[in-house]
Amino acid sequence: MSVAGHDHDDVLGDLMRGSLDHCVKCTICEQYCPVSAATPLFPGPKYAGPQSERFRTDEESVDRSVDYCSGCGICTQVCPQGVHIAEINSRARAKLKHDTGIPLRDRIITRSEILGKLGTPVAPLANASLRNRPLRVLGERALGIHRDAPVPAFAGRTFRSWAKHHVAAVPTSDRVVFFYGCGTDYYEPRLGEMAVEILEHNGFAVDTPKQGCCGLPLQSSGLFEDARRYVRRLAHNLAPAVRGGATIVAVSTSCSLMLKREAIEILGLEDDAELRLVSGRVRDICEFLVDLHDEGRLRTDFRPVDARVAYHAPCQQQGHGIGKPALDLFALIERLHVDEMDARCCGIAGTYGLKREKYEIAMAVGEPLFKQIRAVSPGLVVCDSETCRWQIEKASGVPSVHPVEILHRAYGLSNVPDGSAINGNS
Amino acid sequence: MKPEVVVVGSGMSGLAAGVALAEAGVGVLVLAKGAGSLQLAPGTIDLLGYAGERVTDPLSAIAKLADRDPRHPYALLGAEAVADAARWLSSRVAEGPLAPYRYVGSPEQNMLLPTALGVLRPSALVPETMAAADLRHADRIVVVGFRGMKDFYPSLIAENLMRATGGAVSVRATQIDPPSGLDGEPGTFRLARSLDRPGEAAALAARLAAVVQDDEVLALPAVLSIGDPHGVWETLQRVIGRPVCEIPTLPPSVPGLRLFDTLRALLRRAGGRLVTGSHVVGTKGSGDRVEAVRVHVSGGERSYPTRWVVLATGGVASGGLTLDPDWRMWETALGLDVAGVPAPEELRFSSRYLDPHPLSRAGIAADRDLRPLDADGARRWENVLVVGAALAGAEPWREKSGEGIALASGHRAAQLILNAERRVQETVPEGVAEPIA
Repeated sequence: MSVAGHDHDDVLGDLMRGSLDHCVKCTICEQYCPVSAATPLFPGPKYAGPQSERFRTDEESVDRSVDYCSGCGICTQVCPQGVHIAEINSRARAKLKHDTGIPLRDRIITRSEILGKLGTPVAPLANASLRNRPLRVLGERALGIHRDAPVPAFAGRTFRSWAKHHVAAVPTSDRVVFFYGCGTDYYEPRLGEMAVEILEHNGFAVDTPKQGCCGLPLQSSGLFEDARRYVRRLAHNLAPAVRGGATIVAVSTSCSLMLKREAIEILGLEDDAELRLVSGRVRDICEFLVDLHDEGRLRTDFRPVDARVAYHAPCQQQGHGIGKPALDLFALIERLHVDEMDARCCGIAGTYGLKREKYEIAMAVGEPLFKQIRAVSPGLVVCDSETCRWQIEKASGVPSVHPVEILHRAYGLSNVPDGSAINGNS
Repeated sequence: MKPEVVVVGSGMSGLAAGVALAEAGVGVLVLAKGAGSLQLAPGTIDLLGYAGERVTDPLSAIAKLADRDPRHPYALLGAEAVADAARWLSSRVAEGPLAPYRYVGSPEQNMLLPTALGVLRPSALVPETMAAADLRHADRIVVVGFRGMKDFYPSLIAENLMRATGGAVSVRATQIDPPSGLDGEPGTFRLARSLDRPGEAAALAARLAAVVQDDEVLALPAVLSIGDPHGVWETLQRVIGRPVCEIPTLPPSVPGLRLFDTLRALLRRAGGRLVTGSHVVGTKGSGDRVEAVRVHVSGGERSYPTRWVVLATGGVASGGLTLDPDWRMWETALGLDVAGVPAPEELRFSSRYLDPHPLSRAGIAADRDLRPLDADGARRWENVLVVGAALAGAEPWREKSGEGIALASGHRAAQLILNAERRVQETVPEGVAEPIA
């Protein structure tokens, strides 16, 4: 089986690729691409996508510029003709990686689940190492992980272990499944706990069946076979609950987009019945809560929150096609002042900004956002995606939280005295 | 959070409707498949450029067109609605995020502006940064390009303009190097972004001052900043001491993006929402009312309940209408009937490119309240309004009427909805409901 979607039995791949015929060369994608605006090394989505794709064959390509695509997906979102530019480029990037070889680094940093399992028991040591300058310099030289790139700290415990012992006092038959993702499990377990508490506050019993990594980091680095294995396993783990009628609620907008659409379109898994079943039932948590509100079911016993926050909708969140539901929820909270950022991308794009040769580009991509954040100097930056939050914190110096953290506080579920300032790490 | 009005499409017509409604306090949700078409347009508002002859006074020409051709969208709208919408847009841009950047001109007078091919474009409302090239008044123009920039060739523009004006305007061409740091190809947006950096406008101005002569208007490709066009334009004029103007480039268009950014920001400021990546695939409704709009998003379908729908999806070029190889044509979002498709034995296309093509007038037939009509001429839905290039009966590229129809119909749709919701009392009587097509 070929990696890049050039195999003949790949019907959806052909559909994705075939969509390039709809390209009218309007260049809207070039206008919106945050990477080509930051570096001449990436010639832009139209050039790398619909134009170059016509010349790509099973032979190795001489043009390697598509490697500089960060996979943010903005091009597909803005295309007025429905060309799947980002998906075409993801497949081309995978083929390129396949031809030129995948660096050891990319095989390591994309295994978020394995990294989490290794790092969690030795969190203090691991975290100290990740913040140790000489070790980071060594890591840059030996592996190509940029010494200044934002890396999260292991929490030293997992969300799963909390969930296993968590007993909810919710007498209800309304059940949802919480898909927490690796970021919550190993680095931000408190975020998962808050999400569960918010769902329970709204009268849902929350199940957390065995899950696993969605494979997105692997997919981004062109390791399609491994990514397929991970996402199939995840879909298999979630499918029984969906068959039982449950909705899957997620806090990571990139992992949930993987389940909703990317695994099917980029990895060509349209024939995976379990994945298809699951994909139609995944909801981002803010999307889910806004839907509840529209049905008149969301509890709105929000306390006023005295805070000024900046909100950045990550690219992958925008890929859901659901607008910015976090803003709709924040509008229900009195005294919360929200500045909506309209810069497009923070630059990190999952693991892109960790890579030595791409770190500077990622920082340049994010600079318009960091500038906007600095201009409003908020107490917090709210953002739905974990890697974006880490990048924003590192680059802007402002703590960054998931929208759930604001809601949790407004519901009075956080153990903080009223009137105290919100900080980034509760 | 439930929208009262769902607008489908984020081009000129959809955003005009969305902003006007949101600013009147109506809950608006704009659903768009992609980023809209405004950044593909030159950013000028062409109301009516040609009606047989070249038009000098668009407003009176629109009134005549409406009398002559009752199926034309302008006949549904009337000249007064066009004038209202033009005044409204000027006021919105002047209060938008790019102010003091503004639009100048009048719906009663067409300017004649150069295109990137050196053709004269009759246009009524234009960004202030374009007005100095009005060939009705200019005597001497120097067109300055950037070496290496594609699709902007000063000598081509100069020669064609001399020919088009019969030598009445003297046009000279020259080129300068692009601003430093733009290695490789200086594209439209790279140039525009570079001029948003501090000090770049003044540096460019100093180099341009050495090129321009005492009595010339300086014409540049439309790349004078995305974020602060007024400031950059003024800096150039101050340093150079001569009028400076932008000539719209081939797509992508910086002035088009400025207009899109302006309308988008106004929508948001007024509490309206814009959701891109949502592909409207149908409706739920009963009787003569749509109750919800069905949308294809990542992971499946969802629906947005709504009281009103404004269909602003455009024509064939933007996918709002589609035509199959068997000459069947349909409207893609709501499944409305398409009127004006020539019968198999009738002429569809003319043999000459610039002649009228019967097929190109096909679109959604609507009444004066912009409600869509079915094949029998009856209203299909009471709470759906059709605006912009989806409307039947116009040939915008021959008439130079695309932005005008889009703006006026979008703005008019908002007034009709507000009137029906009794949020404003209109002085004019409610539109006549009799079918036109």
